[in-house]
Amino acid sequence: MDKPNTYRGGPNEHGHFGIYGGRYVAETLMPLILEVERAYEAAKADPTFAAEMDGYFKTYVGRPSPLYFAERMTAEFGGARIYLKREDLNHTGAHKINNCVGQALLARRMGKRRIIAETGAGQHGVATATVCALFNLPCVVYMGKTDIERQAPNVFRMKMLGAEVRPVTSGSATLKDAMNEALRDWVANVEDTYYLIGTTAGPHPYPSMVRDFQSVIGEEVRQQMREAEGRLPDTLLACIGGGSNSMGLFHPFLDEPTVRIVAVEAAGEGIATGKHAASLAAGRPGVLHGNRTYLLQDADGQIEEAHSVSAGLDYPGIGPEHAWLHDVGRVEYVSITDAEAVAAFHQCTRLEGIIPALESAHAVAHAVKLAPTLGPDNLLVVNMSGRGDKDLDTIARLEGTTL
Amino acid sequence: MSGATRIERRFADLKAKGRAGLVTFLTAGDPDPRVSAEILKGLPAAGADLIELGMPFSDPMADGPAIQNSSLRALAAGMTLEKTLRLVADFRRGDDATPIILMGYFNPIYAFGVERFLAAARKAGVDGLIIVDLPPEEEADLCLPARKAGLNFIFLTAPTTDDVRLPRVLERASGFVYYVSITGITGTASASVANIGAAMARLRRHTDLPIAVGFGIKTAAQAAEVAAVADAAVVGSALVNCLAANLNAAGVAEPGLVTAVLGMVSELAGGVAAGRVREDAR
Repeated sequence: MDKPNTYRGGPNEHGHFGIYGGRYVAETLMPLILEVERAYEAAKADPTFAAEMDGYFKTYVGRPSPLYFAERMTAEFGGARIYLKREDLNHTGAHKINNCVGQALLARRMGKRRIIAETGAGQHGVATATVCALFNLPCVVYMGKTDIERQAPNVFRMKMLGAEVRPVTSGSATLKDAMNEALRDWVANVEDTYYLIGTTAGPHPYPSMVRDFQSVIGEEVRQQMREAEGRLPDTLLACIGGGSNSMGLFHPFLDEPTVRIVAVEAAGEGIATGKHAASLAAGRPGVLHGNRTYLLQDADGQIEEAHSVSAGLDYPGIGPEHAWLHDVGRVEYVSITDAEAVAAFHQCTRLEGIIPALESAHAVAHAVKLAPTLGPDNLLVVNMSGRGDKDLDTIARLEGTTL
Repeated sequence: MSGATRIERRFADLKAKGRAGLVTFLTAGDPDPRVSAEILKGLPAAGADLIELGMPFSDPMADGPAIQNSSLRALAAGMTLEKTLRLVADFRRGDDATPIILMGYFNPIYAFGVERFLAAARKAGVDGLIIVDLPPEEEADLCLPARKAGLNFIFLTAPTTDDVRLPRVLERASGFVYYVSITGITGTASASVANIGAAMARLRRHTDLPIAVGFGIKTAAQAAEVAAVADAAVVGSALVNCLAANLNAAGVAEPGLVTAVLGMVSELAGGVAAGRVREDAR
C-alpha cells in the first residue's frame, strides 16, 4: 500500500478511511446520521463551540490531565523513561468524559432532548449519565447483562446520576449486543433522541468526531512532553478496544515520523484459545454497527463473541481508522493476555500508587515488555486511560476473595 | 414483458388482476433447514405472491426480538448462506414464477464474496435483494454489482426519508420499493392507515415502481387496510411468531407447525385480496 502524504487527513467525504468506515445503517437512521454530520461540521466551524467545550474541560473535567514521570516503573523495568498520561484523574475516572462533554454539547445544539448510550465496562455509561445530569437531559444506557453483573459499582453510579440502565440479554449480553439495542432504540425514537456513541466506531461521522473530541489527550502530551523533556515523545502506548483513548493519544502524532506508536489489543486467554478480543490480530474486514472494519467473525460472516477480563475491551470490532492505520502500517498493533494485564495491574499499583483500569493495565503490561528493549533516552508515554476502582471486584474474585 | 424480471412480471400480473400482493417473510433455516424448505414450498399455494427469505445474521440491528430469535434458531440449526441459496434452488425446481427476495445484512454476503454470491444467487433463482444496512451511500458494495448481475436491488424508504433524499434512494431502486411504515424495528408498532395512505401519495409522486408496505402488519384486517392503498403488504414478524408458537420447549417443530404457518398465510392472503379489488390498481 502507498504511503499517504498525511495520516491525519481521513476520513474522505463519504466517511471512509481507505476501505474502512462508511455509513452502514438502516434507511430510517440515514437522514439522522446525515443531520449529525451537518451539525458536527457546523459546530467545528463555530469558535463558540470549541470555547464552550474548553470551558467544561478546564473547570468540570479537570483538564489538562497531568503527564507524570513514573520514576519507580522506569527504574524497575529498565530502559525507556516511562511517563503516564493521567486520564484516570479526569472527573468520572476515565478519558470517556472528554467525548461525552463534546457530544452532549452537540446534542444540545441539535435540540435533541433525550440521550441514549451503550456501555461495556460502564465508564462510558457513567460519563454519559454525568453529562446528562449536568445538562438536564434524560438518559437511557444499554448494558449487557453480563457486564451489569461484573461492573456493579458503575451501574449503581449511573442510577445515582439519574440514568435508566436497561439490561440487554440478547446474544452474548455484552457490549456488541448493547450497541444493537441502542441502535434499535434510536430507530424507534429518531425524532427527539441523540445516540451518544462512546468509541471511535459506528457510522460516519462518529469515528472521526469521537477521535476529534479525544485528541485533546495527544495535544496535551505534545505540549507537556516539550515542557518536561524539551522534545516530542519517542514511543506512545495505549490499550485498544473500540479505540478511543488510543486514537485520542495517537492522532496528533501520526505525522511525526520519529514517534513510534503501539496499540495493545486484549488477547484474553490467548489468541490461540479463541477466547480473546483481538480484532486485528485474529479478525478480518467486515461490516457491523454502521461501519466496515476488522471483526471477529466465523467463516460465514456471523459475529463471534469477544472475551477479555476487561469489559471495556470486550468488543468484537475496532474503530475503522485503526483498521486503516493497521493496514498502512503506521501503528503497531500487539496484544496482551488477561494474565499479563492483571500482573501489570499489580505492578503499577505497587510501584506507583496508581490503580489502573484493567483496560489501561493492558498498555502497562506492554510497557513492561517494551521499555527494557529501548534506550534510556527513549521517552515512552503510556496512556493511563482510566482508574481501576471499577475493577476491584473483578480482581478480588480472581484472587479468590470478595470485597 | 420479455426481459422483465420475475418481480416485474408478478407485479404486472397483480395489477392486471386489480389487486395488491402479499409478501411473506420467514427466515431461511428456521426452525431447521428441513421444515423451512417444507414451509417455503407451501407458500405460493397458501397465497404468498412474493417471498422474502431472511438470510440469518447474528446481529440484526434493525430487527426486533422475533426476527433476531428466528435468525439465532436458524444459525443454531446449522444454516449458512450457502444452504440458504440451496433452499432457493430446491424451491425453484417446483416453482418458476414466484419471486424470491433475499433479505438480510451485508456482512455474511461480504464474507461469502460479493461476486461469488451474486453468481450463486442468480444460479439458484434469486430475484432480488433487500440489504437492511446498505443505504444508497454504500451502493458500490452490492447495489451496483447486483444490478449488473441482473438482480433487482430493493431499497427501503422510511417516514424519515424526506423529499430531498427520496429521489436519491429511488433512482437506484428496481423491482419495487419497500416502504417501512414506522420508525422502529420489525414486529413492534403499527402505522395508521391514514399515515400509510399519505406516504403512498408522497412516494408515488417520485416513482412508478410498485410499493410494498411492511413493519407492523400482524392481522388479515391490517393487511386488507394496507392492500387498499399499497401494491403489496409485507408480513414478517407475525408469521415468525406463529412459527415460534409451534415449537416445543427444546425449540423443535411440533407436528402442526407447517400447517399453522401456511394457514396464517392463507388468512393474510384473504385479507389482501379483500383489500383492493378494483378496476384501476393505481
